[in-house]
Amino acid sequence: MARLSVVETEPQTAAERVAARIAAEEDRGLLRFLTCGSVDDGKSTLIGRLLYDSSLVYEDQIHTVEHESRRPGAARGGALDLSLLIDGLQAEREQKITIDVAYRYFSTPRRKFVVADTPGHVQYTRNMATGASNCDFAVLLVDARSGVLTQTRRHACILSLLGIKKVALAVNKMDLVDFDPARFEAIADDFANFAAPLGFELITAIPVSALKGDNVISPSAHMHWYHGPTLLGHLETVDIGRTPGEQPFRFPVQWVNRPHLDFRGYAGTVASGIVRRGDEVVISPSGRRAHVARIVTADGDLEAAQEGDAVTLTFAEEVDVSRGDLIALPGSAPSIADQIAAKLIWFDDEPMLPGRAYTLKCGPQTTTATVSNLKHKLNVDNLDHVAGKTLELNEVGSCNISTARALVFDPYAENVDTGSFILIDRFTNATVAAGMIEFGLRRATNIQWQELFIDKAARAGLKEQRPCVLWFTGLSGAGKSTIANTLEKRLHAMGRHTYMLDGDNIRHGLNKDLGFTDADRVENIRRVAEAARLFVDAGLIVMVSFISPFRSERRMARDLFQEGEFIEVYIDTPLEVCEERDPKGLYRKARAGLITNFTGIDSLYEPPENAELKLDTSKTTPETLAEAVLKELRNRHVI
Amino acid sequence: MKTEALKQALASHGFDAAFGGARRDEEKSRAKERVFSFRNVSHNWDPKRQRPELWHLANTKIRPGESMRVFPLSNWTELDVWTYIHLEDIPVVPLYFAADRPVIERGGMLIMVDDARLPIDPGEKPEMMRVRFRTLGCYPLTGAIKSDAATVPEIIEELVETRYSERQGRVIDHDQSGSMEKKKQEGYF
Repeated sequence: MARLSVVETEPQTAAERVAARIAAEEDRGLLRFLTCGSVDDGKSTLIGRLLYDSSLVYEDQIHTVEHESRRPGAARGGALDLSLLIDGLQAEREQKITIDVAYRYFSTPRRKFVVADTPGHVQYTRNMATGASNCDFAVLLVDARSGVLTQTRRHACILSLLGIKKVALAVNKMDLVDFDPARFEAIADDFANFAAPLGFELITAIPVSALKGDNVISPSAHMHWYHGPTLLGHLETVDIGRTPGEQPFRFPVQWVNRPHLDFRGYAGTVASGIVRRGDEVVISPSGRRAHVARIVTADGDLEAAQEGDAVTLTFAEEVDVSRGDLIALPGSAPSIADQIAAKLIWFDDEPMLPGRAYTLKCGPQTTTATVSNLKHKLNVDNLDHVAGKTLELNEVGSCNISTARALVFDPYAENVDTGSFILIDRFTNATVAAGMIEFGLRRATNIQWQELFIDKAARAGLKEQRPCVLWFTGLSGAGKSTIANTLEKRLHAMGRHTYMLDGDNIRHGLNKDLGFTDADRVENIRRVAEAARLFVDAGLIVMVSFISPFRSERRMARDLFQEGEFIEVYIDTPLEVCEERDPKGLYRKARAGLITNFTGIDSLYEPPENAELKLDTSKTTPETLAEAVLKELRNRHVI
Repeated sequence: MKTEALKQALASHGFDAAFGGARRDEEKSRAKERVFSFRNVSHNWDPKRQRPELWHLANTKIRPGESMRVFPLSNWTELDVWTYIHLEDIPVVPLYFAADRPVIERGGMLIMVDDARLPIDPGEKPEMMRVRFRTLGCYPLTGAIKSDAATVPEIIEELVETRYSERQGRVIDHDQSGSMEKKKQEGYF
């Protein structure tokens, strides 16, 4: 690499001057900030003014804006409309609003800046959250005439959720309130009162006029009563206080690089902290340990790698590491859980439904997740907790989330990279939510997985069988338990090792704390599916006999097992037949209104669409049907 | 032309993703572009329905026929690119460096007369000028700029001083207001 050294004397050639410039560049910090606030508060105009007054706008761009400002119907009646520098989409220019985040890059001798101009319209709140997710600082605008509005509060709330600690409150359009100090003070106080519970470390209120340029880059001639910094002055000096290397080491594995037999490396970007060659590391979730042999880069090996470095690690030991694993140092290992508490911001027109399966992406980890419980929604206007069943577009809620595979993470407050996730709709592929992890819900949160040497194949091999789960689903009284019992007797007689998990029996023990609400039904199935997984892992043929009325939960159960291990058996007995049998007298009680949430009566049963087996008990005996299941097991080489 | 040929090539090979070098600082509609930018089965871009791109998490899920345009240099500036070329000693084509070249002035732009394919209107007379190209687009739709910058460090110094944007030389951006956005919606890179 032709890196030129810095010369002591005044640089003479272009090459020397450029080298000096690059060296100086490294000392200048970078500030990523966003502008937000209600629609029409003048966000785009403010950025336009910032760039224009700092001579950071090119002349051909000014000519274009001058031309467009003079068009018939232009908003400023022919005066230079600086917002046109920023609002790049036709729809934005036509409607005079910002729809999507725009990024602009500029620098002053003191700092480099990336500014995200985000929309104020409530309908585009998700784009504001997107802009905020990659920023360290925010400029929140308020129109001096209207003061703090719902959308101002909403944005302040989202900034705080996303972990932004310092904000500038730019009280704009001061020219329209005659530069009145009392008006400015009232708005600043109003906002400070509202924001007190949001935990900002610093709120700096600055009176400005983006249109006229007051206090944007140079002090206003109209507001001698104000002695604070100009907006640009504040942006250039505000301390963001990030010190890399202080946080624990985190390295999410993005890719296993194995070009040939002699090299196996794990590629990724260091999310936080520092690692050195020779360090002992812990690989989560496996809990295995290894020593860093090399830190490989395209420009040669490194002795150490720190936050932001894209490197490939190799280990001295043969260890099994996959994409999505998280590498840390012993003593500061991340959390592992498959149930987490998280804050969600909902992004989709289709509301969030507890129990529906979504794809969850957390760094390089991808798994299936369901919202098992919406604890409360957040009213962003007054920060009250509100009860709710679903989250609508742009709503914020505190949720419990279950994942199909254990997630390795840190709380978002401790580490943004390893504590953030998105939810993706499994059918439309839309990004439906942004999530911030608060903590793991299981007691096992900080316990590493015990590394096991005797595995499922070994256990099953001793029994000369292939483990699997037969998942019997159907209405109450359909005949699930009867067929499962008959089948187990047959298998036992054949010398097979089996186990039965029956809905009623499990509710007397493992699940006796659960009722029949939708949320409890989800948890009921989750526990049973987990128990079944343990028995399958022990090498057994497991029969699960549960009504399990919802498709998404049966799918969640299926996702816990390997391909071919989960055999869904749909006992398709018509409701009338079940009701007539009524072996436990439950239908009678449900019809009489003595019990509620009864499947088939006042709670939904979603029949399977692709069950491996479908059995009708209204015409055939349990023995014949058990024989049909045995035949299926033979076909699958289970027995 | 670039749009149609690109769409045909993407469709015939069934690529899931195509990488591009577009940057957000180039042009207003590109400032709104995602790093992972979703394209529907017709390769169209819908600026109003872009997937939110939170933190560093890209949603790369697509269905058959749909695709992604990926812009890894989204957050680089023109100056960043030249600084990187300088530091890594990357070879670039000679048209980026100033030289004496025959040009005609047309519509406020300096169009280079490279060979006989450029029809010269009556009244136009090619003259030699010291020019370079700041951006290379379709010929003959890309204008040159007057410049003495013949080395990479000289280009960097020129960029620091310039009062004009990189894309002033692109006819394609000036057809009509929002023309780049329209072209991107149709599938242009």
